Amino acid sequence: MPKIQEEIKKRILVLDGAMGTMLQRYNFSEEDFRGERFKDFPYSLKGNNDLLSITQPQAIAAIHAQYFEAGADIVETNTFSSTTIGMADYHLEDIVYELNFQSAKIAREVADEFTARNPEKPRFVAGSIGPTNRTASMSPDVNDPGYRAVSFDDLSLAYKQQIEALLDGGVDLLLVETIFDTLNAKAALFAIEEVKDERKIDIPIMVSGTITDASGRTLSGQTVEAFLISISHIPLLSVGFNCALGAHQLKPYLKQLSQNTSFNVSAHPNAGLPNAFGQYDETPKEMQTQIKEYLDENLINIIGGCCGTNPDHIRLIAEVAKEYKPRVLEAKM
Amino acid sequence: MSKTKKYLKLSGLEPLIITPETNFVNVGERTNVTGSRKFLRLIKEEKYAEALAVARDQVEGGAQIIDINMDEGMLDGVYAMTTFLNLIASEPDISRVPLMIDSSKWEIIEAGLKVAQGKSVVNSISLKEGEERFIHHAKLVKRYGAAVIVMAFDEKGQADNYERRIEICKRSYDILVNEVGFPAEDIIFDPNIFPVATGMDEHKLNALDFFRATKWIKENLPHAHVSGGVSNVSFSFRGNDTVREAMHSAFLYHAIQNGMTMGIVNPEMLSIYDEIPKDLLEHVEDVLLNRREDATERLLDFAENVKGGAKVNEKAVQEWRSGTIQERLTHSLVRGIDEFIELDIEEARLAASKPIEVIEINLMAGMNVVGDLFGSGKMFLPQVVKSARVMKKAVAYLLPFIEESKDASSRGAGRVLMATVKGDVHDIGKNIVSVVLACNNYEIVDLGVMVAPEKIIAAAIEHNVDIIGLSGLITPSLDEMVYLAKELDKQNIKIPIMIGGATTSRAHTAVKIAPQYRETVVHVNDASRAVTVAGNLLNSDKETYTNSIRADYDAFRETFLNRSRDKNFLTIEQARKNKLQLDWENYNPMTPNFIGTKTIEVDLDLLVPYIDWTPFFRTWELFGKYPAILTDEVVGEQATSVFYDAQEMLKVILKEKKLTAKGIYGIFPANQVNDDDIELRDESGKILDKFLTLRQQAQKSKGKPNIALADFIAPKDSGKIDYMGTFCVTTGFGVDEWAAEFEKDLDDYNSIMVKALADRFAEAFAEYLHEKIRKEIWGYSKNEVLSAEEMIAETYKGIRPAPGYPACPDHLEKPTIWKLLNVEKEIGVTLTESMAMWPVSSVSGYYFGNPESKYFGIGKIKEDQVVDYAKRRNIPTETATKWLNPNIAD
Repeated sequence: MPKIQEEIKKRILVLDGAMGTMLQRYNFSEEDFRGERFKDFPYSLKGNNDLLSITQPQAIAAIHAQYFEAGADIVETNTFSSTTIGMADYHLEDIVYELNFQSAKIAREVADEFTARNPEKPRFVAGSIGPTNRTASMSPDVNDPGYRAVSFDDLSLAYKQQIEALLDGGVDLLLVETIFDTLNAKAALFAIEEVKDERKIDIPIMVSGTITDASGRTLSGQTVEAFLISISHIPLLSVGFNCALGAHQLKPYLKQLSQNTSFNVSAHPNAGLPNAFGQYDETPKEMQTQIKEYLDENLINIIGGCCGTNPDHIRLIAEVAKEYKPRVLEAKM
Repeated sequence: MSKTKKYLKLSGLEPLIITPETNFVNVGERTNVTGSRKFLRLIKEEKYAEALAVARDQVEGGAQIIDINMDEGMLDGVYAMTTFLNLIASEPDISRVPLMIDSSKWEIIEAGLKVAQGKSVVNSISLKEGEERFIHHAKLVKRYGAAVIVMAFDEKGQADNYERRIEICKRSYDILVNEVGFPAEDIIFDPNIFPVATGMDEHKLNALDFFRATKWIKENLPHAHVSGGVSNVSFSFRGNDTVREAMHSAFLYHAIQNGMTMGIVNPEMLSIYDEIPKDLLEHVEDVLLNRREDATERLLDFAENVKGGAKVNEKAVQEWRSGTIQERLTHSLVRGIDEFIELDIEEARLAASKPIEVIEINLMAGMNVVGDLFGSGKMFLPQVVKSARVMKKAVAYLLPFIEESKDASSRGAGRVLMATVKGDVHDIGKNIVSVVLACNNYEIVDLGVMVAPEKIIAAAIEHNVDIIGLSGLITPSLDEMVYLAKELDKQNIKIPIMIGGATTSRAHTAVKIAPQYRETVVHVNDASRAVTVAGNLLNSDKETYTNSIRADYDAFRETFLNRSRDKNFLTIEQARKNKLQLDWENYNPMTPNFIGTKTIEVDLDLLVPYIDWTPFFRTWELFGKYPAILTDEVVGEQATSVFYDAQEMLKVILKEKKLTAKGIYGIFPANQVNDDDIELRDESGKILDKFLTLRQQAQKSKGKPNIALADFIAPKDSGKIDYMGTFCVTTGFGVDEWAAEFEKDLDDYNSIMVKALADRFAEAFAEYLHEKIRKEIWGYSKNEVLSAEEMIAETYKGIRPAPGYPACPDHLEKPTIWKLLNVEKEIGVTLTESMAMWPVSSVSGYYFGNPESKYFGIGKIKEDQVVDYAKRRNIPTETATKWLNPNIAD
């Protein structure tokens, strides 16, 4: 098995684009989301994209395949919200293991197929670990700043279940992403370390934060460097940013990150900023131009797309990434 | 793969990177309950907004890291740490800097780590409890993503010379780097800063050894850092800030030269190195660097002449006698000196037009100074009590003259009734508050202990008091206070109540007492606040105050009742199903060397090594651990003084055999029956009695049992005969009489001292007897060898929980013990109607010998258990509810 640690030294690796954007094209109805199995489930399930790994697995597999086809080296499992905390909204806490296991299995099968076709370009599966919809270091109640809707222990327990199922399903690496509260991410990293320790394994970890706006800080208030310091206590395959901003807006922060870390650097920005209708309309060509700037400045080792990106974006990104050498791992400090 | 330089990097909302160019990182020290009385008070009173202001001041004042410490016996440290750090997280101007999570308790450190998004510093871990725990903690610190301070402390103790410092640091470093994989740059050593110029030869090298060890660490332990608490070094010069500030600067200068990178420093106690006068600097450095044999003596001499110092010398003692009469009286009161008081009072009396004026003008002026100093934290309780002693002597001297002039109509600041409520015999706290109020010109009507509500009401009316002060220490007293408030309300009495005592709380006062009474009820959580509260209750603008108290308590009650901390509870059946299951099959109880009951009398000398002094200081409202408290920055001087007085009294107690230590114990065959009860038998198998235990009912996290004490005893159906013991010891006979003698002499200080010492002796006796039980009488732990510290830390096998305390809050177990051991007849200790023991300095409890047994808290229980318990005890449910009330969930 080729190791991703080897591949990443050779070339810039390409991550896939958005899952949600692609699923919208299917226009799945409430019945489609439910499938046969949840036909009589007492609550609405429409919009629970992660559930589609069980009820519409062929659609998920097809999307992974399209991204590999477009040139992606890594696809993310369809598990962004697959924790007991994320699934509580749908009353589906009980199937969290299965969700993660199935999602990992689907991506694994597609990846193996592509690797078999072209062993020169091995493909990888990253278990996607989202932030959940709760924050451990901020209060949802402005009148009670000391209150927390979720604790570190709640989070690390929920993450641990997700991680174990993802590993059982066969992922190559874990991607803790869209981090808007660093404490949530630390709980995920804590859980990963626990599993590593218990299973006596090592597993590559990507960490990807989210800079929410032009303040240049995470939602929980940390600067780029403070965020970096807060998550660098365990060895990471890469650290980077995704979501919230387009490639252009993200660049200054990526630069700060790149200067200060000796881990690989990743980015998967949105297709620009959302327009008045909440849609992302940056074209693949526009995005490619901006990402070329990253490459010219030697900022990254892993590049992909987040909200609003599709296989066309990834194709053009992969094309240009191929022309460059990966960033050399050296930090100023 | 890493080419990153190995710098210590920390973060709050913003980064803090310590590079070789960083001169020195200063750590804010005011958000520490052990070092700041003010901060402790704010946290205790849950005044978090003001506590946050302390943190903000630190950051604004230039602290680059803030140290947070919540280690105090009466605080729920985990809760306080979590709450405070959560609140800090919502204040970006504070949370921009990294946190130093400071505790000697691992669970508090862990609680802090769980709410810090940045990379913090853990303060501290060490090899004190062995390698295994050290490695375990280090691994977790790493996993939570924090740097760590490692104390130069190992299994043998704290490093106090150069060789021990480097030995321990090296060993710690090797374990951390090689075994744990801890990043070397995240290790910060604290090689112990100790005082210099103490006059003791073995302290001469304290500073120099620290410098040398620091240098050695920087040269031999790559990337590691060095930190320390700087103010310790100048401890011998308390009161002489000029010397202290110079010493701190010079110490830092040399420590930094040798490689110290961060430290806990009070920026206000630091002079600028270059601006220290040459001669002072030379003397200070002579001491720090041990450059001359006579360095200490020379600095001490020199310090006398340094301006700004408050050091008292022989000459000064003579000098104060030449001041004006007012200056002399004030001096005597502030210093608690009674040597000249009658002389001065007589002089003042002759000068005054009426004798009462001496009280109203001269003495009050002096006591106002005392009040101001106490209020601003510059005087401590033992000093105030001594001031009161002088005040009382002065007043006693004047009384006959006042009577003579028949002009006694004058009334002081107000009249306060003080009483310990029905069923309760504890009065140290009440006496302290009485003294403090009396110092402030309040007239005290002290009804003593065990005062029935009717008597309190009658006395309040008869003496036309302005305030009723109620005190209590045991939990049933809480309900007595509620009852009294109801009665006062019923009788339409309008006198405000002050509530105080160890089990009382603002929460209980606001939620349970205040709603029963139309007048004001205020909780006073320490003696120093009593004067302010009483003043507010009686001044002309009292309505604003009482309205605000009322509004405050109403709001508190509402949030308290609505708060989301509501726990889930199991039914008692469910809780029993989840009981602690010990492996009885493989458990073979050892047959005790002795079965039955027996009395014991011991020599007090034997008990001295068993005394735990830390609670003694708490009685005097001096907070900190013994012996560290004696050298504490804030309260050290007072602690040392009160400790000295205690030692003097101890000598008298031992020499004149002022107290006697009597006790009785029993060991019985026992088995757990019906889950929660323990059946006791005699050797022939005849059932003697049953202990009823209560079971935790709050829902536990998975895998954690709902414990009852009965779980530590083998169940009857296991077929094995197990054992348990019970005891009562006292050192209290004679205490009240002796204390009364002091009181007659108007000497409250020594009266409180006697009681506090008798309490310590009773606890020491319990500790002593428990050891004897373990090693000889029962004999299940024959080979135990423990130091006094280990004994106090309760590292031995088996427990001795006491009824009325968290593991067994039910006071009604005491009559069972009394019956089993025939306590009253054998040793004379009796129970009041509220089940308080008399004499007060007594301890009773159970012995559990199972190595798995441990202390725990029952927490809140539900109605169903109360009903079940009432049936088992064969009492009406209402009676059970009354006794268990403090533990019943709302």
